[in-house]
Amino acid sequence: MSNIALTRQDFTPDTEVRWCPGCGDYAVLAQMQRVMPKICEEMEIPRENIVFVSGIGCSSRFPYYMNTFGFHTIHGRATTVATGLQLARPELQVWVVTGDGDGLSIGTNHLVHCLRRNVNLKILLFNNRIYGLTKGQYSPTSQQGKRTKSSPMGTIEQPINPLSLAITSEATFIARAVATDTRRLQDILLRAARHRGTAFVEILQNCNVFNDGAFDSFTAASVRDDRSLYLEHGKPLIFGKNRDRAVSLRRGTPEIVNLAEHPDERLMVFNEASQKPGIIQILAQLNEQDFPVPLGVFRSIERPVYDELLREQVETAKQHLGVGDFGRYVNTGDTWTVTPDNKNPN
Amino acid sequence: MSNNPHESGAEQQRSLTQDLDSVIIRFAGDSGDGIQVTGSLFTQDSAAFGHDVSTLPDYPAEIRAPAGTRAGVSSFQLNFSSGEIHTPGDRPEVLVALNPAAVAVHKHELAPGGIIILNEDAFDKIGLAKAKLQNDPREDGTLSEFQVFPVPISTLTLEAVRELGLGKKQASLCKNMFTLGMVAWIYDRPMDGLLKQIDAMFDKKKRSATEPEKYDVLIEANKLALRAGFNYADTIELFASRCRIGRSALPAGTYRRVTGNEATALGFLAAATVSGRPLIYASYPITPASDILHELSRFRHFGILTVQAEDEIAAIGMAIGAAYGGSLGLTGTSGPGVALKSEAIGLAVMTELPVVIINVQRGGPSTGLPTKTEQSDLLQAMYGRNGESPVVVLAPQSPADCFPIALEAWRLAIRYMTPVFVLSDGYIANGSEPWRIPELSDLPAIDVTFPTDPDTFKPYGRNPDTLARPWAIPGTPGLEHRIGGIEKQDVTGDVSYDSANHQRMVDLRRDKIRRIADDIAPIEVDGPENGELLVLGWGSTYGAIHHATRNARARGLSVAAAHLRYLNPLPANLGDVLHRYRRVLIPELNSGQLRMIVRAEFLVDAVGLQKISGQPLHMREIEQRIAELVGAPNAQSDNDTNRQDYTDVEHRTH
Repeated sequence: MSNIALTRQDFTPDTEVRWCPGCGDYAVLAQMQRVMPKICEEMEIPRENIVFVSGIGCSSRFPYYMNTFGFHTIHGRATTVATGLQLARPELQVWVVTGDGDGLSIGTNHLVHCLRRNVNLKILLFNNRIYGLTKGQYSPTSQQGKRTKSSPMGTIEQPINPLSLAITSEATFIARAVATDTRRLQDILLRAARHRGTAFVEILQNCNVFNDGAFDSFTAASVRDDRSLYLEHGKPLIFGKNRDRAVSLRRGTPEIVNLAEHPDERLMVFNEASQKPGIIQILAQLNEQDFPVPLGVFRSIERPVYDELLREQVETAKQHLGVGDFGRYVNTGDTWTVTPDNKNPN
Repeated sequence: MSNNPHESGAEQQRSLTQDLDSVIIRFAGDSGDGIQVTGSLFTQDSAAFGHDVSTLPDYPAEIRAPAGTRAGVSSFQLNFSSGEIHTPGDRPEVLVALNPAAVAVHKHELAPGGIIILNEDAFDKIGLAKAKLQNDPREDGTLSEFQVFPVPISTLTLEAVRELGLGKKQASLCKNMFTLGMVAWIYDRPMDGLLKQIDAMFDKKKRSATEPEKYDVLIEANKLALRAGFNYADTIELFASRCRIGRSALPAGTYRRVTGNEATALGFLAAATVSGRPLIYASYPITPASDILHELSRFRHFGILTVQAEDEIAAIGMAIGAAYGGSLGLTGTSGPGVALKSEAIGLAVMTELPVVIINVQRGGPSTGLPTKTEQSDLLQAMYGRNGESPVVVLAPQSPADCFPIALEAWRLAIRYMTPVFVLSDGYIANGSEPWRIPELSDLPAIDVTFPTDPDTFKPYGRNPDTLARPWAIPGTPGLEHRIGGIEKQDVTGDVSYDSANHQRMVDLRRDKIRRIADDIAPIEVDGPENGELLVLGWGSTYGAIHHATRNARARGLSVAAAHLRYLNPLPANLGDVLHRYRRVLIPELNSGQLRMIVRAEFLVDAVGLQKISGQPLHMREIEQRIAELVGAPNAQSDNDTNRQDYTDVEHRTH
């Protein structure tokens, strides 16, 4: 690695970006290109050790627009290719870019297993609640009743909650960010990079062509402070432009507490390091209409990482059996020798 | 029971020992009777004794089908010989049957005049009813063409181990050893080897057990039963004469017995060793390929990484990812799994990464016959992907041949930067034969070069000889680039939708595979260089074809054999060879897949011999077809071999 500090330009290839004008993906790309020099410097990773792996969909074009190693794979399977790569080369920092169709429809199975294995991957799931590249069908995260080309009368399917799924799959790092919230997105990308194990980040990203305004009800500048809840480790869940309300649990049920009316209320303090799924599961499932939408890091815990456990077994086996030697191995056990005159020694 | 040894003049023949060239023996019984262990021990002993051996295990797909039923019958066939053999043999000459169901299922395949040693204790009302036999086959004349030796195996086994005070169930589990003892006597085998093997068999279990001493009594019981069986046969002079088979003239060297799956795993291990690259095997459990996963999972001390993936697609995805990272990315499965992997194999074609896929074929379609053998995935390997998607296809011809083929798969995958299919099958995977252990220095080199120079690097630039693109791995400074499943611009590797470029890339991918024909061994002919008939085969039919054609030549027929280990590309001289014979016969365990390719490729009017019963091809079936085609004085007139085997199967399932 050269000693010259990397800049955003080092991560920007001279490839023409071909997302639709106004697509939320541009914002994510820009933050990634901005934060990458910081990641490389802080973690002492050379640029050539950064790899982006993606599946199929608009978001999965991402690797073409990062000047790093990149692999645009097939629909739903990015996590599997990334897993193989990470196991082969643990020194690499491998990012997976996927979408709500790629990661939660065709690739759900792999996502679940990647999370439970805690493979050292950084997974960014761009959620626009629509199929964009195939031109506007509903996705597994589309809200019930959503009218699209393939659901002209409204979808009749219960949507998947990506964070709930990640919690159930025992993910060790779970976060949600909004593509346009540049500062917080950068923070979360940096934290995901630092995490040992699978980091799962849902990025809410607007498709201005097929599902415009999907997140306006809580991300628009006029409402976002009142409609969003920024999770902060060790702090109560206070929100609102005037920071006058909080989400708390009363007898296990989430409620909005008006702090002016209840100044003595004992507020629940948020703990992202909790091993228990209870609170974050409740937060992940808060009704978008009645509650502010929680954003930020839901969970950041430590658990042994897949490739390290695998390599530990290799070391243990070498200690117990000695370093494998092909010639010795095949000549050990039930062998017999045939001599040229076929006098079998038996 | 006219052939009872006590009535056949055993007195005069007491010291007679008959010399034979080879014996085909089949052990059969309930799947809980330890049949596979019995067969395996006797095989190992035969090999160690100096015979050439070839085996065919056959067991139900169900782990424990109801005891005593025909569905629950498990069998193990061994052919051991003083000469060179390549098949477990068509028809067993000796059937050791531990229950009535085993007799009912297997008597149809026994050679005329063959020997049946049966456990008469199992022929009670219940045993017969479970086997769905109306009458006792010992008495109803259905076994009259065979020599039947009834032995109270259960009673004698219990008696033999009584002093150890085992429970009845555990004691009776030793009856397979009693059987083995009898067989050892018949074939004039000393006890030492088998006794040692019993120790070795339990040694592994003992080492991993929490109470190892409890195995000591089991070892003792098994040895007692083995000796008792041997002594019983000796005392009552079970046969009029014992049989002695000479030692085989295998080439000098050190040998071990391998199944196809073991040899495959060892071949992959050797590939990792000679290439110096780490191997990652990702696989989803599937019969009959799982043993490759089991074997490779034991090689952690070699640095071999194995992952039991969540599904077939994940397994190939991981293999591709590993290959992208510079490791040997490997996956293995059977036909249904290949169907699931197809899209990803296309990705490996497009990104031109070295990935090896082993398909241990089984009966299909769909779930099909998981534990039975078939060769019906050839066209799937060749063409079972979207788009023009050529890959290399190799096929081992015997269990031991899996070793060089596994190595060759990696040599070609890396040299040409291409996915390579290996088509094994259930027959090869579970069958076994002696494998001459090679010296590491005798193995072919597998050279790996990763480009490092950013100034000359082109992601899709090509080696002018091999047309391979460079294996540029992440972590190489200045080589940052993107690959993927979208069509690539020639040389630069950028995304390209240009029509002329697509044509060029399709042609390049095709030519790259075609050129491999110059880098592989030409096909060799066994028999006359030209003549009446060439019998062309691929995969596990090798042994049957080899022996059938030799027999035909011995009868004066102008018949040669040739066997393909490379199916894509085909050997460069194949067209020339095919045209040197008046007719070409292609026997296959499918409905004519290689024949379709050969006819299309060479405009040769090849005829076929098709068998799709889940069972391997028999020598006699090929000989019969040869006789139909080129005539033979002693040919049978019945020309419907398919029906013959279909009938066999019918018997089994009723």
